Amino acid sequence: MEEIKLRAENLNLYFGKKQILKNVSIAFPKNQVTALIGPSGCGKSTLLRSFNRMHDLSPDAKIEGKLFLENLDLYDKKNSVTDIRKRIGMVFQKPNPLPKSIFENLSYALNIHNYPKHSIPNLIEAALKESFLWDEVKDELKKPAVKLSGGQQQRLCIARTVVLRPEVILMDEPCSALDPLSTKKIEELIEKLKENFTIVIVTHNMQQAQRISNKVAFMYLGEIIEFDTCDTIFKNPKNELTQRYIGGHFG
Amino acid sequence: MNSRTREKIDSLLKLIFKGAGFLTITLLAGIFFLLFSNSILFFLDVSPLDFFTGSQWDPDTHFSIIPLLVSTFWVAIGSMLLAVPLGVLTAAYLSEMAPRSLQTVLKPIIEMLAAIPSVAIGFLGIVLVGPGLAQLFGIQNGLNALNGSVLLAVMALPTIVSISEDAINAVPKSHREASFALGANKWETLFKVTIPAAFPGLIAAVMLGLGRALGETMTVLMATGNSAAIPRGFLDSVRTITATIAIEMGEVPYQTTHYFALFAIAGLLFLITMVINLTGEFFANRLRKFDA
Ligand SMILES: Nc1ncnc2c1ncn2[C@@H]1O[C@H](COP(=O)(O)OP(=O)(O)O)[C@@H](O)[C@H]1O
Ligand SMILES: [Mg+2]
Repeated sequence: MEEIKLRAENLNLYFGKKQILKNVSIAFPKNQVTALIGPSGCGKSTLLRSFNRMHDLSPDAKIEGKLFLENLDLYDKKNSVTDIRKRIGMVFQKPNPLPKSIFENLSYALNIHNYPKHSIPNLIEAALKESFLWDEVKDELKKPAVKLSGGQQQRLCIARTVVLRPEVILMDEPCSALDPLSTKKIEELIEKLKENFTIVIVTHNMQQAQRISNKVAFMYLGEIIEFDTCDTIFKNPKNELTQRYIGGHFG
Repeated sequence: MNSRTREKIDSLLKLIFKGAGFLTITLLAGIFFLLFSNSILFFLDVSPLDFFTGSQWDPDTHFSIIPLLVSTFWVAIGSMLLAVPLGVLTAAYLSEMAPRSLQTVLKPIIEMLAAIPSVAIGFLGIVLVGPGLAQLFGIQNGLNALNGSVLLAVMALPTIVSISEDAINAVPKSHREASFALGANKWETLFKVTIPAAFPGLIAAVMLGLGRALGETMTVLMATGNSAAIPRGFLDSVRTITATIAIEMGEVPYQTTHYFALFAIAGLLFLITMVINLTGEFFANRLRKFDA
């Protein structure tokens, strides 16, 4: 029996009057990669961002339903949002290194959470190694992060997330701005990261979903249409909409 | 209208615009020429060494810019010390924290500060701020450098707030999201990510605010006590370059050393303000590029 790490129960989300997520219930198993697929605008990013409470920043977002990290109620007022975001990290579609050096991009994260000063260099080295970036940057940690290539920037963003040892990593189309070679590197990285982290990834790329994910959720117009193992979704989808989407008939 | 007439109108308009452009440039060049030719006449009478090293401005005998320059900077720097933190924090609050309803109320109010005539601000300095400062510090005379700084700070505030706000708004949302997603709170994000990223724009804001403070005349003339000696502190009366010109220009005999001296100090002020404004523009342009 797989262990559930992260889940949503009857989640409805509105931007103003417009309902974006409709009664979404979904559970993500621990130490697996779950892919969210579906046509543009169906609410994949919105769903992803509700887990680390990024919608707190938009005043017109309204959320109903429950979200849990294990037993932790993510929207309970008693729970600290900064702790939640430390436990549920996020990697964005466009690499977004801070306008600081490579080293500072990671030390920033650690300093915020009051890691002891002396532990920081080692943690940073470990995270960069874990993100397959160390060999490329170890001699130029002081270089501005924006000077890195797009693929390196994205791996830096992953390292910056990993360095905090979150339990879950949310990834919103992390490869959509990258070339095929960088994409391949990130996929290999994800494959390895799932040993330690639970990963939820939004992707537009069907091949990518098949290559990296254990389970796949197909979304359409704010609803989860079908959620199953990767094999079932791609070889044997039950829902007609899923079949048509997989078959490339819309999207 | 046939196309022939339209072409004629077109070329006529072109001429008008060209003329307007040239007129502006000619005026600028004229002012420049006037200031600097008269300054040269001044330096034929008084050595630049005395001008820049002396310690006395006494229109009959001594023409040293130092007391006026020190006064000017004392007041201007004081105003920046007050206005910059206040302006930047207001801008940060307006663009990052304030609810939209408060934004729409506060912004026009701050911009309205810029519309208050400087003579009115000077008046407030004489009847309100000055006496208040005198009481606060237990001194006789509230018409001093600090009074000028406070008033100029109020006047520079709209410039500083609105340019700082542009700078802060130009910081990409993705930077803030990166910070929040790592578990930073609003303050950490503001002080460690947003403000550092907006720094060039904030420098522009400070420079343009400083340019405004250096050039301001009426307020400092009314509110700083007009004593042309080198001030030793914020509570001393001062007399800025601008105030000196305004006071003495009306009475100075034509074409005397004193007359030329006023042009020389105006020319120097012009140079200083120009350098500061150009620096400000330079940083403001970098901000616009960042935006695109
Ligand atoms: N901050 C927001 N305010 C209003 N509407 C939004 C906001 N973010 C997303 N939306 C809308 O929600 C819908 C789902 O968007 P999104 O979750 O980004 O889709 P996806 O990631 O699947 O392409 C879209 O129609 C989009 O326009
Ligand atoms: Mg999306």
